[in-house]
Amino acid sequence: MASSDADYAVWLRGIEKQFPGVIACAGADLRVRPGTIHALLGENGAGKTTMANVLAGVYRPDGGEVWVNGRRRFFQSPADAIQAGVGMVYQEFRLVPTLTVAENIVLGAAPRLLRGAEIEQRVAELSAAYGLAADPARPVWQLSMGERQRVEILKALWRNASVLVMDEPTAVLTPGEAAELGVTLRAMAAEGRSVVYISHKLDQVVAFCDEATVLRRGKTVATVDDLDDVDLQELAEMMVGSSQGVAMDRPPPVDTGSEVLRLQGIHAVGDRGLPALTGIDLTVRSGEIVGIVGVSGNGQKELAEVISGLREPTEGQVSVKGQDVTAASSSDRYRLGLAYVPEDRLGMGLAPKMSVVDNSVVRSYRSQRRGLFLSTAKCTEFCRGLVERFGVRVGRLNDPIAGLSGGNLQRLLLGRELAGRPSVLVAAQPSRGLDVQGVAAIHGHLIDQRADGVGVLLISEDLDELLALSDRLLVMFEGRIMGEYGPDVTPRTILGAAMAGNPPR
Amino acid sequence: MSEEALIGLFVATVQFGTLVFLAALGELIAERAGVLNLGVEGMMAMGAVSGFMVGLETGSPWAAFFAAAAVGALVGGFHALVSVVLGADQVVSGLALTIGGLGLAAYVGRNVVGERPETLFTDLGIAGLADIPWIGEIFFDQPPVVYLAVLLGFSVWFVLARTRLGLAIRAAGESAPTADTAGHSVMALRSGAVMVGGAFAGAAGSFLSLYMAPGWVEGMVAGRGWIAVALVIFGAWRPGRLALGALLFGFTLALQPRLQSFDIELLGVEVNRISPALLGILPFVLTVVVLVIISWRYRHRPSVAPAALGLPYRREER
Repeated sequence: MASSDADYAVWLRGIEKQFPGVIACAGADLRVRPGTIHALLGENGAGKTTMANVLAGVYRPDGGEVWVNGRRRFFQSPADAIQAGVGMVYQEFRLVPTLTVAENIVLGAAPRLLRGAEIEQRVAELSAAYGLAADPARPVWQLSMGERQRVEILKALWRNASVLVMDEPTAVLTPGEAAELGVTLRAMAAEGRSVVYISHKLDQVVAFCDEATVLRRGKTVATVDDLDDVDLQELAEMMVGSSQGVAMDRPPPVDTGSEVLRLQGIHAVGDRGLPALTGIDLTVRSGEIVGIVGVSGNGQKELAEVISGLREPTEGQVSVKGQDVTAASSSDRYRLGLAYVPEDRLGMGLAPKMSVVDNSVVRSYRSQRRGLFLSTAKCTEFCRGLVERFGVRVGRLNDPIAGLSGGNLQRLLLGRELAGRPSVLVAAQPSRGLDVQGVAAIHGHLIDQRADGVGVLLISEDLDELLALSDRLLVMFEGRIMGEYGPDVTPRTILGAAMAGNPPR
Repeated sequence: MSEEALIGLFVATVQFGTLVFLAALGELIAERAGVLNLGVEGMMAMGAVSGFMVGLETGSPWAAFFAAAAVGALVGGFHALVSVVLGADQVVSGLALTIGGLGLAAYVGRNVVGERPETLFTDLGIAGLADIPWIGEIFFDQPPVVYLAVLLGFSVWFVLARTRLGLAIRAAGESAPTADTAGHSVMALRSGAVMVGGAFAGAAGSFLSLYMAPGWVEGMVAGRGWIAVALVIFGAWRPGRLALGALLFGFTLALQPRLQSFDIELLGVEVNRISPALLGILPFVLTVVVLVIISWRYRHRPSVAPAALGLPYRREER
């Protein structure tokens, strides 16, 4: 235990930070002892990432103090934080895809003259010293997410950072890679470095970390000096505030009806020209939720795109309600009863600078006409109906949607897709990044659709969500379906092994 | 066609090539840092007029050349202020620079139209080499700016590919947040790149008014700034390919005024009956063709264009 303030590796004191319309931090504290792995816990929007960005010099706090290694710091830029020994691994990696691994690692702390071979040699030595395998000469765009993360950690080690901040490090890793990361972080802590580990995956936090700070609504609500002394349930309750809404009741089974979606032998190529889907067969019946389990990047995105008509399969057949739609456009598929909630809400699902009204009619504008032209009155009425039915909290209907929160955007998007009374709904990561209320609302709608006889294909990275909602689970790994599992009868370890490509025989 | 005319064509090819190469090299630096500058045409005009006036005043072509570079850097500084520091749209700011630069150059130079400076750049006959038939005249008896441009080309390649500064510039052009969080000042890198790029464009303008077409008249840049912008794309943002492209574009520029004097037949067409205007669009047609080839070849991998080109960066925006 630190005897005085000067002994802390990191001390963020009463941090306040406001963004337009959002208070991200309202006097949050974080104290990290040297040589420990410190978990920074909290729900989405609790202020974890903002705290990390303050520590890394990206955001300047509106109030509060930043202390690193016993000295008060006034970071004007990330360069100052690096100087003070803070290294950050961002959730969205800060790597230049076209540069090599070595170039990315030395960026910002390179010798004046770059000799490719010499730098690659030194990077290779560093990666060997920490057991972080990465080929220094390869361009980063060719690397997997796990490899990219190793490059990010090497980047911090290259500058000899004494404090390493990791924002949601395991979101892109397979369970095996996540365990490896734990070993690396332990080794770094053993050298006297400190790690701030931001996560909401509690089981990992308990496995890797020594101490923890829990944030809620921008404030520190609890600190735990020894994680061995608390149990998961207790931590979860600290994060959420009350234990309501964490676990949800499984909807009672409904009689499944006819087949509404069928994929046969689907092969497809990903953006990089490599096979992304290799022989997918699946069916969804009316009145069931089929969950797709898997670490992101194993073909889920391509699967959703093939079904919705945005990506052409190289082989195989897609049918909706028994009708072959492999060659049909996405709007034809929509008219046949296929609704799609894409993963990238603001990029693909909605147009940020268009108004609430315009966004709500882009699917169904053909029925909002008067003669040749769109009828403003009909559009507004349609939009108002959606907003009320799905509980979207909006300001004015003619304002751009960019100002809406994630939960409201998702309600609007889901509402628009469901307005056409579909028979199949493909929902990709529908609850990602939403707060507890938002998640509950989206889950409620999915369950209602199921009860109404819609077949739902739910693609998610959140195992709890899938276990709670799905009638059947399909595990995807490297573009294939590894097996089908019943959510009630399958232990998580078996699902985990299948997600990593080793389904039990 | 006479041998003399043919040599003249190639001599002019090298000079036109140098003109667009210098300007394009400056634009390449700015674009590799992530800033599109469509103001090259205007910066060249400003360089041409200011270089010419300093040349008139001092009688020193070198003083004129460097003054033009300084003016170009200043104009580039304006683009940096508006689009990098204040984060305005780079396309709008660049176009304003072209339109405003052309107008301002015409205004500044209104009293020197038709004058002629005493001393201009003279050809450097490089001892021993200049006497080689053909090659000597084409490559080794050119004004010093030609050789300076070659030197600058190598320097830019070296800085971009082999130095810490170059790595930082490339990172700023590919992903500004990455460069920023690695501890580089994106604003300083981009502003610096735009100003150096402006200096190159200004210097190129003065090469026009102090050597290639001595004197000043409104409109003398005649679209070569746009050719330079196209050349950066044609050269796939690489200094080496830029040099090859510059010779090709230089050839079309040199051929344009000479076309009528050629009495040869190509594919059954009498060359001298082709309109020079048609030749004038050739660089742009070639650029589009190259652009299509590039995007096809790179369809499964990151594009050769700097990924953050044209995107302003503000750190705390979320």
